[in-house]
Amino acid sequence: MPGTQVETRYVGSIGMEVHAELLTESKMFCGCRNAFGGEPNTRCCPVCLGLPGSLPVANRLAVELVVRAALALNCAISPIAKFDRKNYFYPDLPKGYQISQYDQPIGSGGWLDIESEAGPRRVHIRRVHLEEDTGKLMHLPTGDSAVDYNRSGVPLMEIVTEFPPDMSSADEARAYLVKLRAILTCIGVSDGKMEQGSLRCEPNISVRPEGSAAFGTKTEIKNLNSFRAVHRGVQHELARQVALLRRGDRVAQETRGWNEARGETVLQRVKEVEQEYRYFPEPDLMPVHIDDARVGLIRARLPELPDAARVRLVDQYGLSPAEADLLTQTAAWTAYFERAAGLCGNARATANWMMGELARLLNAANLEIEQCKAGPEALADLLAMVENGRISGKMAKGVWEAAFETGEAPAAIAARQGEQISDADALGAVLDSVIAAQPDVWQALCAGDEKKLTFMVGQIMKQTRGKANPGEVNRLLRERMAGGAQ
Amino acid sequence: MEPLTQRSLRDLRDAVRSGEVSAREVAQAHLNRIAEAEPSVSALLAVTADDALTQADAVDLARSRGDAIGALAGVPIALKDVICTRGVATTCGSRILSGWKPPYDATVTARLRAAGAVMLGKANCDEFAMGSSTENSAYGPTRNPWNLACVPGGSSGGSAAAVAVGEVAGSLGSDTGGSIRQPAALCGIVGLKPTYGRVSRFGLVAYASSLDQIGPMARSVEDAALLLDAIAGLDPLDATSVDAPPFRAESAMRGDIRGLRIGVPTEFMGDGVDGPVASAVRAAVEALCALGATAEECSLPTARHSLATYYILAPAEASSNLARYDGVRFGVRAAGGFGHAGMTEASREAGFGAETKQRILVGTYALSAGYYDAYYLQAQKVRTLIRRDFDAAFKRFDVLVTPTSPTVAFGIGERSDDPLAMKLADVCTLPANMAGIPGVSIPCGMDRGLPIGLQIMGRSFDEETTLRAAHAYEQATHWHTLRPEVAC
Ligand SMILES: [Zn+2]
Repeated sequence: MPGTQVETRYVGSIGMEVHAELLTESKMFCGCRNAFGGEPNTRCCPVCLGLPGSLPVANRLAVELVVRAALALNCAISPIAKFDRKNYFYPDLPKGYQISQYDQPIGSGGWLDIESEAGPRRVHIRRVHLEEDTGKLMHLPTGDSAVDYNRSGVPLMEIVTEFPPDMSSADEARAYLVKLRAILTCIGVSDGKMEQGSLRCEPNISVRPEGSAAFGTKTEIKNLNSFRAVHRGVQHELARQVALLRRGDRVAQETRGWNEARGETVLQRVKEVEQEYRYFPEPDLMPVHIDDARVGLIRARLPELPDAARVRLVDQYGLSPAEADLLTQTAAWTAYFERAAGLCGNARATANWMMGELARLLNAANLEIEQCKAGPEALADLLAMVENGRISGKMAKGVWEAAFETGEAPAAIAARQGEQISDADALGAVLDSVIAAQPDVWQALCAGDEKKLTFMVGQIMKQTRGKANPGEVNRLLRERMAGGAQ
Repeated sequence: MEPLTQRSLRDLRDAVRSGEVSAREVAQAHLNRIAEAEPSVSALLAVTADDALTQADAVDLARSRGDAIGALAGVPIALKDVICTRGVATTCGSRILSGWKPPYDATVTARLRAAGAVMLGKANCDEFAMGSSTENSAYGPTRNPWNLACVPGGSSGGSAAAVAVGEVAGSLGSDTGGSIRQPAALCGIVGLKPTYGRVSRFGLVAYASSLDQIGPMARSVEDAALLLDAIAGLDPLDATSVDAPPFRAESAMRGDIRGLRIGVPTEFMGDGVDGPVASAVRAAVEALCALGATAEECSLPTARHSLATYYILAPAEASSNLARYDGVRFGVRAAGGFGHAGMTEASREAGFGAETKQRILVGTYALSAGYYDAYYLQAQKVRTLIRRDFDAAFKRFDVLVTPTSPTVAFGIGERSDDPLAMKLADVCTLPANMAGIPGVSIPCGMDRGLPIGLQIMGRSFDEETTLRAAHAYEQATHWHTLRPEVAC
């Protein structure tokens, strides 16, 4: 029957590979410092340059951090950390192989819970393993290529979700990454900086007709440098694949890069054949034993995880689950909130201020909360000044901006800017002069033209250069109005 | 008086220490010998005369001031060119590393330096230590000092020839399947492959990581023991080095082998072993028994699989270890080819020799999906069985005695077209690498003017018993005193 054909509905399947650089002092297999950036090729040695004759020695702290992460992600822990070589040629890979873990990842069979518009969902994690990062290939303006090996050998943790995938939408993909980042930063294994590439995610995406058991061909997306990019990239890719199938085309197995400016994914590499990595056990390293006692100790030392913190914030401070989510996005946010709320005694105002003004300024300055010059003590002082009327809410924004900028104490800034005028006598005098200057308006107001009220308040604010307490001004005006026009 | 270049490493050490000669005199005498003999034997790829004299002067200065001097102060040595030497070209016998100067010293290099040894040069070898004749060096073959038409063995052929001809008092080689012991046998000197893990591999350019081991080569067991003493021990830079009870040279030189139980595995004495070699080994066993040891035939049934196992495992590891030679950071970068893949292909095509390419191909194949289980994994299992055979044998015996090589040195070019015959040269030495146990080769006879080597293998980390047997035999025979007559 033409015209009544129902368009096929498609469901998405999203798996995720996440790489997190670990917060160790030194690199994975040598003594070079593990840090971001720096003059190219200043933090390398024969080992991380893969010079002939050099040998790796495993960083035990890195193994410990992966155990910690695997435990926080509810994984089973392998009794040994065994390393394997993954062989392939690339200029940023100095040895021609990457030391990784193949058949015995440190963690396996874990999960984490997410919540999105579609409701709660448990995302299963297949494996958590340890490997080394590669160098960075750079294309120079001259047309030549160069490699910076500062990143080469930095300990890298890979977290792979289970197949078949538990996630089906861009919302869920973002929620997964937000939660994962919250956990990794909370337990101190990663700084979670997506824009610096210390946390990188590569979703793999496929779609299939609703009701179909067979999964569609999947594509992998790279270059997703923010939560927003993850959401947009996944959404775009799902739509692209559905459109292809609706047209009768097929999805090719390929790697696509997210182009933020154009808002679309573009083809990077076609994967016609499965890459042959020739994995085999790394003969230069002995397996590291992870005994039960050590696992028990690491487990016992885990801090409160974001899920638990979230529940506690709702209970203890009366926040909404969504607010609690935001305030537990990293351990630093939670700590900031609890300190400030504890000092000023107003959890509601603290939460509002952090999610509003603080988040806005951090975003604009592209800073992490740890880098913020105005600490929780400053915020608590500011909120106390608002509460006891020493400054207005409007003024508080200015004071906060200055404190955020310079780190100066809010009280000092407020004192310099002049505190709010709440004194009835002082305000009464201003009121007298404004009424004297605008008799017509005053008459109209007293006659019931409420619109003139805003004008009068504005005149008073102008005379006091914004320092008048607006609540008090309103109260005084109404008192006079009630007293009748004179 | 015996010329300095004929004297033992221990003698030279004592002479320098006592002030009988200066370290500079010792170094200069050996540099003169190098100038004289090199045109015939081509044992060295580089002679570091200036550095050597500077090091020697430092020893003399320290001695004259009464400062403490190292255990090997003034001893002239050479290092196989697969061992990294800071600022001194390390080519591995390959074109692909021509001119590459490591920015760091191997642990053994640093330890020898600290002991006051004076390095005179870098010794020739088969490319990346792959071979049994030193003919696979990109810089031309080394010749056997006993017969210049013959190979010195390999892959540490340069290290062996340099010692045999008196260019140095001792040297270091590396042994993956017999590369120290076989050339030692063919050149009539002592060569020891220590237990895997006894000597740090840091700075040894890898061929097959799970088999490679650095070891000493010298003209007497005692000299080899002194070198081992200086280089052995745990190294935090090598995760496979072992914190074993330290090796002490003196205790290995006690001489008494009464009650020592010797096993003679029949698998090493059968077909393929030349008659004169087998006779010399039997005579050696008798000589050991005359010193109070007891000997009995025994069997290592899986040892015969060592050759096949080795030619899976070693190339597999090599295919990965040699992936770093891609023309990006060091060594040869060949012109031509498009992009990174093209540059890598062109550089490897131009830089590697035929044997190296073949082993990389074999290893790549053995590790490929679909073949991994049948080859690499299977070979690992066989390796475990070989190890168990040795464990069982060492429950009954203290040492095992075999020929080092089934034949004496063969002619240069003679086996070039017969790769299997070439590989059979290592058939007696490979099992010790499979099992990780120590093995030493010492001279035990002559056949048609060429030396025959006796191999003594011992328990893991029991270099002491192994060398004690070797030393006792050496003291009771004259074979180690024979010297080739070359370019004198
Ligand atoms: Zn490094």
